[in-house]
Amino acid sequence: MLTLKCPYCGVQACETELSPGYEAHLKRFGPGSSDDDFETYLFTRPNVKGVHFERWRHAYGCGKWFLAARCTTTLEVFGTYSAQTPAPPAEIIEAIKSKRPDWSPET
Amino acid sequence: MSNAMSVLEGAVSTGFVTVRDAGLTGMVSVRADLTDAATVAALSSCGITVPVVRQIVDGVAWMAPDELLLVTEYADAPALAQKVQAAMADTHALVHVVSDARAVLRVEGAGTKEALAKLCPVDLATLAPGEVRRTRLAQVAAAFWLEDAENAQIICFRSVADYVFGVLQMSARKGSEVGVFTR
Ligand SMILES: [Zn+2]
Repeated sequence: MLTLKCPYCGVQACETELSPGYEAHLKRFGPGSSDDDFETYLFTRPNVKGVHFERWRHAYGCGKWFLAARCTTTLEVFGTYSAQTPAPPAEIIEAIKSKRPDWSPET
Repeated sequence: MSNAMSVLEGAVSTGFVTVRDAGLTGMVSVRADLTDAATVAALSSCGITVPVVRQIVDGVAWMAPDELLLVTEYADAPALAQKVQAAMADTHALVHVVSDARAVLRVEGAGTKEALAKLCPVDLATLAPGEVRRTRLAQVAAAFWLEDAENAQIICFRSVADYVFGVLQMSARKGSEVGVFTR
């Protein structure tokens, strides 16, 4: 059971109250971009085994989208944060590093 | 003018708790940024105080960072919506009467938390009276709050009211008590 704290309403929401939005912090390639960039944006995901940044929606609750950092193998949650955040915030990075010293954010 | 009817038509079911149609209830949905000073001022001019997160106070329920639900008498909802609409004319807001889009049910009795806990992924052991919990009730969206330890109100969409009544009835079937909150 995955439980994520919604940063908007503060509820500890179990997975069944949430809708998945898949990988977070994607850079959009839209009209005018190259075919390769557009394809990568649409389809190519690292499918990480370990630390992952994701979008979730509190679908049955307050309805808001938010972001979460968790481990895809252990379901350990490092933190959740506002959807209006272009990159993982420092406190989330710190929380991950304290649990996963070998991990470093991708550049 | 049609004759307004509550969708459950006064249904009552008695199990280890009583599940009943709460009858026609006035509900006005307000969508606006609740942290915005102009929004707060406009609501205040109508006598509406924005509650803290997830609370319901005097019929004003915090539903989301940009959503309130005003709960009132069925007949009073249109006038209330008009008043709020007028006060919020200069702010980015949406005000709408949703009385006929929703249904309200009541669960009453010592096993109220238990009947709800079987259906909703909510920690009923820590849920305080007056806290609105929007959640999943079996397979549909619902919001409920405890008035006290033994009474709850549930709001769901009108179209699923019969389903909600049915699953609550089943959850409250006599002999199916788990007793987890009484130990
Ligand atoms: Zn939420």
